[in-house]
Amino acid sequence: MAVRGDLPGWVDVGLIPLLNLVVALIVAGLVVLIIGENPLEAMWIMLKGAVGSIKGWGYLLYYATNFTFTGLAVAVAFHAGLFNIGGEGQAYIAGVGAAAAGLGLEFLPWPIVIPLAILASVAFGAFWGWVPGVLQAKRGSHIVITTIMFNFIAASLVGYCINYWFRPVGKMAVESREITGAYIMSFREVARDFFGVRLPSTPLNFTVFLAVIVAIAVWYLLWRTKLGYEIRAFGANPDAAVYAGIKPDRIIMITMAISGGLAGLMAVNEILGVQHRLVLEFAGGAGFVGIAVALMGRSHPVGVVLAAMLFGLLYQGGSELSFAKPEINRDMIVVIQGLVILFMGALEYAFRPWLEALFFRAED
Amino acid sequence: MLRRTLLSAVAALALSATAALAADDKPAIVFDIGGKFDKSFNESMFNGSEKFKAESGIAYGEFEIANEAQREQAIRNFADQGYSPIIAAGFAQAAAVEKVAKEYPDLKFAIVDMVVDLPNVQSIVFNEHEGSYLVGVMAAMASKSGKVGFVGGMDIPLIRKFACGYAQGVKAAKPDATIFQNMTGDTGAAWNDPVKGGEITKGQMAQGADVIYAAAGATGLGVLQAAADGGALSIGVDANQNHLHPGKVLTSMLKRVDVAVYNVMKAGKDGTFKGGILALGLKEDGVGYAMDDNNKPLVTAEMQAAVEKAKADIIAGTIKVHDYTADNTCPVQ
Repeated sequence: MAVRGDLPGWVDVGLIPLLNLVVALIVAGLVVLIIGENPLEAMWIMLKGAVGSIKGWGYLLYYATNFTFTGLAVAVAFHAGLFNIGGEGQAYIAGVGAAAAGLGLEFLPWPIVIPLAILASVAFGAFWGWVPGVLQAKRGSHIVITTIMFNFIAASLVGYCINYWFRPVGKMAVESREITGAYIMSFREVARDFFGVRLPSTPLNFTVFLAVIVAIAVWYLLWRTKLGYEIRAFGANPDAAVYAGIKPDRIIMITMAISGGLAGLMAVNEILGVQHRLVLEFAGGAGFVGIAVALMGRSHPVGVVLAAMLFGLLYQGGSELSFAKPEINRDMIVVIQGLVILFMGALEYAFRPWLEALFFRAED
Repeated sequence: MLRRTLLSAVAALALSATAALAADDKPAIVFDIGGKFDKSFNESMFNGSEKFKAESGIAYGEFEIANEAQREQAIRNFADQGYSPIIAAGFAQAAAVEKVAKEYPDLKFAIVDMVVDLPNVQSIVFNEHEGSYLVGVMAAMASKSGKVGFVGGMDIPLIRKFACGYAQGVKAAKPDATIFQNMTGDTGAAWNDPVKGGEITKGQMAQGADVIYAAAGATGLGVLQAAADGGALSIGVDANQNHLHPGKVLTSMLKRVDVAVYNVMKAGKDGTFKGGILALGLKEDGVGYAMDDNNKPLVTAEMQAAVEKAKADIIAGTIKVHDYTADNTCPVQ
């Protein structure tokens, strides 16, 4: 028997998100209607473009891989009561690590250089998360402010690195030369080279498995280890945690390093798996999408993966919608994505009182 | 004999098939992250495409990139649908063009500001340093304080190429002149920050600069505004921006991407498209400086003569303007 005020579990994790999604899509549909397009047709194009073909799935899962990493990064920090807005910068800096290891250790065979490049990505990202953690723990600088600032520092720093270190002389494009050693193959290349099967060209690569493994590892860390317990205890009630002998400084720094390292894994997908070179602004806002993904996924790895896939659907469906209907330009797509974030994340409790009233009236 | 007839029949069929296909070909353009209404590079290309559409009545495919992954996706999508030529706006799309163009050897591609070495790709590059040299000469002569400014957008080699050409022109006309160079930022946002552009301009003016050249996309609009408000002269870029503040904009460094795009689309339609590198400099009228009624009172006969002489010398090869991107250094500061 549920206590009054507690909704059944399936309502919390199933009905409420579904309701929010439906309302978000209805409002988005109204926006589409205002600019003179048929909203049902637009929805159909989005859905078909994302899940109606192998190509669509490839892109969906590729985007979802990025969002899973950044979403997990934000989720882990949430559990410690920290709001890491710096996923974007951490992923961006991690790209330098990936490229430096990938290009610098080219002489090594790929089974060695790929793990090293992945480790370098994690280390660079972790460092970029750890520094704001130290500032918070030792100096009391608020993590929200410092991580935002660190995004800008990362943008300038990576721009500098590419321009002055990575860019081959005489080349106009602001990018490094091609990373050939630490080359994570796409599904398409594997299917073509080893099985002789033709797959449509998508950026989906083997990093997607890494995302699944990392999601499980994060679950294990948070709910099955002492450190995870400390992180959650500190997040739930810092005073009680201190009373229980948990050192807040240590938890803040470690959590931020883990969070940054997770965000850094995004660089593995993007730099080693897709672009195969260090390019400007490869993070492309995925760090910020990670915040919405973590919110929507209730900071649980399963929720994060599902939310990441939903955003992958919105991204890929949105691209297809722009192709099919130039009137619905990319800014419109951002509006639609924004509405989904608004209803799923910020207004997550908007329908709750109403649902509670409905449920308990039925019970009485 | 029979075999030969068969062969020629097949060849004729194939020819007529490609001809029919060519007639159906529609051009497509993929804009870069700045978006097609950036009042600068992308918009200039958009205008070129619109001109082609208005003249030929052929609608073209278009897409504005929102993230890195979409570059290849967009170009591939157009290729799948048989669009040709497919024009990629900006150097950042080079890797994507190279990849897709290899897989679709029978389609035609073009890329602006970058070289992709494939037989079915036309690479259109501009000698921005030459045009910038000319406006540099003019800036030095128009300056009373002997101090001139340069405001770049994002700090990338391309913009340094502008700055370096400009600096060489200034020094050539006035060897003791001082040049203040500032970049607006290190991210794409630097192309679209008129407020910061204006602030940088005010800073340069406070140090004594009285002619300021903006090569910064939409950020340049703030540069032109701040210069006009503060009584300094400014120099526009890419399109002719003299009309934005009549009598306050000394000239504009023209980079005719609109013409380039129009020509590619037209060549695709007429079947005269050719792969290879197309370098557009002063000689080809790919770059230049703008003269019209708005800036006529500002440019003295002496200035115009000096600029025309520099132009003739560059075309003749007696003046060599150093290209920053060739070795990442600039001989003058």
